Amino acid sequence: MGFFDKLKAGLEKTRKSFTEKIEQLVIGYATIDDEFLDDLEAVLLSADVGVSTTAKLMTEIRSGIKSKEINYPEDLKPFLQAKISVMLLREPQVEQDIHEPPVVMLIVGVNGVGKTTTIGKLASYYHEAGKKVLIAAGDTFRAAAIDQLEIWGQRTNTEVIKHAEGSDPAAVAFDAVQAAKARRADIVIIDTAGRLHTKSNLMEELKKINRVIAKEIPDAPHETLLVLDATTGQNAINQAKLFGDAVKLSGVVLTKLDGTAKGGVVIAIKNELNLPVKWVGVGEGVNDLRPFDPAEFAAALFADK
Amino acid sequence: MVFESLADKLQQTFKKLRGRGKLSESDVTEALKEVRMALLEADVNFKVVKDLVAKIKERAIGQEVLESLTPAQHVIKIVNEELTNLMGGTQSRIAIASRPPTVIMLVGLQGAGKTTTAGKLAHLLKRQGKRPLMVAADIYRPAAIKQLEVLGEKLEIPVFTMGQENPVNIAKKAVDQALMMARDIVIIDTAGRLHINEELMNELKSIKQTVKPHEILLVVDAMTGQDAVNVAETFNKDLGLDGVILTKLDGDARGGAALSIKAVTGQPIKFAGMGEKLDALEPFHPDRMASRILGMGDVLSLIEKA
Ligand SMILES: Nc1nc2c(ncn2[C@@H]2O[C@H](COP(=O)(O)OP(=O)(O)OP(=O)(O)O)[C@@H](O)[C@H]2O)c(=O)[nH]1
Ligand SMILES: Nc1nc2c(ncn2[C@@H]2O[C@H](COP(=O)(O)OP(=O)(O)OP(=O)(O)O)[C@@H](O)[C@H]2O)c(=O)[nH]1
Ligand SMILES: [Mg+2]
Ligand SMILES: [Mg+2]
Repeated sequence: MGFFDKLKAGLEKTRKSFTEKIEQLVIGYATIDDEFLDDLEAVLLSADVGVSTTAKLMTEIRSGIKSKEINYPEDLKPFLQAKISVMLLREPQVEQDIHEPPVVMLIVGVNGVGKTTTIGKLASYYHEAGKKVLIAAGDTFRAAAIDQLEIWGQRTNTEVIKHAEGSDPAAVAFDAVQAAKARRADIVIIDTAGRLHTKSNLMEELKKINRVIAKEIPDAPHETLLVLDATTGQNAINQAKLFGDAVKLSGVVLTKLDGTAKGGVVIAIKNELNLPVKWVGVGEGVNDLRPFDPAEFAAALFADK
Repeated sequence: MVFESLADKLQQTFKKLRGRGKLSESDVTEALKEVRMALLEADVNFKVVKDLVAKIKERAIGQEVLESLTPAQHVIKIVNEELTNLMGGTQSRIAIASRPPTVIMLVGLQGAGKTTTAGKLAHLLKRQGKRPLMVAADIYRPAAIKQLEVLGEKLEIPVFTMGQENPVNIAKKAVDQALMMARDIVIIDTAGRLHINEELMNELKSIKQTVKPHEILLVVDAMTGQDAVNVAETFNKDLGLDGVILTKLDGDARGGAALSIKAVTGQPIKFAGMGEKLDALEPFHPDRMASRILGMGDVLSLIEKA
């Protein structure tokens, strides 16, 4: 077998075998051996958990074995799932909804992660909860970005605040907040153009949007959500860091979890930056948004798809 | 970051060994631990890393260290060579059909950059004297057709649309239209889809059967993590890819996905997307990608001189 064929066969095997292998080991081995631990490490790495967070979790396992919390292979998966769930659990937050309406939400992230789609889903979610929602087309840059948000507005019966393509996004944000006040909206959700976190001029633009909003309502935006694509690898950590440097992030939306990617990098992000995941996107439809459940997420890391 | 310091770490690892003539197994094993970490942090698939590390180990053990290099540099040299080899030579060419039109189909996951790349590619080919026609075959994403139309207007390149008609029909009619309008390139923008969505993958297969594209190119986001192999493998198996375009390389992603994709598909990465603007498409350079993945361009240029 050539190098590529071997590799392909190997990948096939790895992908199929994970749960299988764990089950087999649970049945076949009385003790936990190195090979078993290697496989466990591979599950974490293949879910994009990353080298350092994986190392941290493996250390927890080794101490769990020492302390006799883990005695048999079958103890391992639940042990690790529990550890990850705990890691991901949000610190109890200060009471929400203490602000006067309108609540201002700003949606940020790199290109193509699913910001605009998530806004459509959120509009629908809050609409169904009986809230009056406005959405604002703050991406004035990308071709047909405004049209895209307008279609989401129609789908969800939500009014869209917009300016012409190429206009100043901060002005759109200003108008959106004004309109939300005037129309007594409960929530206004502002879209922004996709931008790479390394582009300082675009991050400055984001800061300006933020300043304009805060000038209108002092504690706004009340939520600034960073949208991350579950398919993204370790770069998501840099994204979270640099967006967090520019604006105060309140949480993460993890999209495209309906694919085979596991989005394990959010564990590292929570671990290193203490940024909680609040929502997950599981499809392109209006209802494909779920509140984040750490236990369910941790379990999914070990599941084959 | 782990990456910035790979070279340093290797220097550290080898400090104790200064002056020795040959690399021993234990020296190499130590060094390769660092290499493994660096590759994983760069999002190279863990299985690809495993095989690569084994290969490098085999090559490095027992090798005579060159006079001009430290043992650390020597290992880096081998690593770099293996990465570059694995990624293949430069091949930023589109196979032009002997009988026009040349049909190019862009496929990939949601948000990878297909529509933008369609515009960039059309622009590039137009500048080379071709007459492209872009085809709006994404009938699902809100305003996808409009998006391509806006790009077409900016570039002064015609866009073929048929509303929400079946994408297979759209593609077929577009090729007929190209023949009539004497357009020699047809670039089909398809909807983003998950590789596990059978229905939508079947749609692509039907388009392929109907218009027999000369180039089926997978568009992949350079920030993609471990899942890149599954995605590339499935698209390749279902469609038989002719190449890959890696987008969003203007950021700080290490782009280890490039290596994984190349390893599982064997297909060349033809272009790199370097920005949102329509002229931001460049030929892909495997050697530069290797040093980007290793995160040490400077060290490498030093070694190359040695
Ligand atoms: N499968 C899947 N696709 C999604 C999900 N969320 C968004 N998408 C798709 O991802 C693509 C990009 O989504 P957008 O909402 O346009 O992303 P964006 O971040 O606004 O993109 P830019 O504004 O260009 O930066 C579209 O094809 C969406 O339908 C999800 O949860 N699952
Ligand atoms: N920075 C940067 N952004 C890019 C690049 N290529 C595409 N984009 C951006 O990525 C986002 C998604 O691009 P699209 O072309 O809409 O992606 P797509 O694959 O057609 O998306 P769907 O049709 O929804 O699947 C947009 O914001 C583009 O401007 C690139 O090379 N660099
Ligand atoms: Mg958008
Ligand atoms: Mg598109």
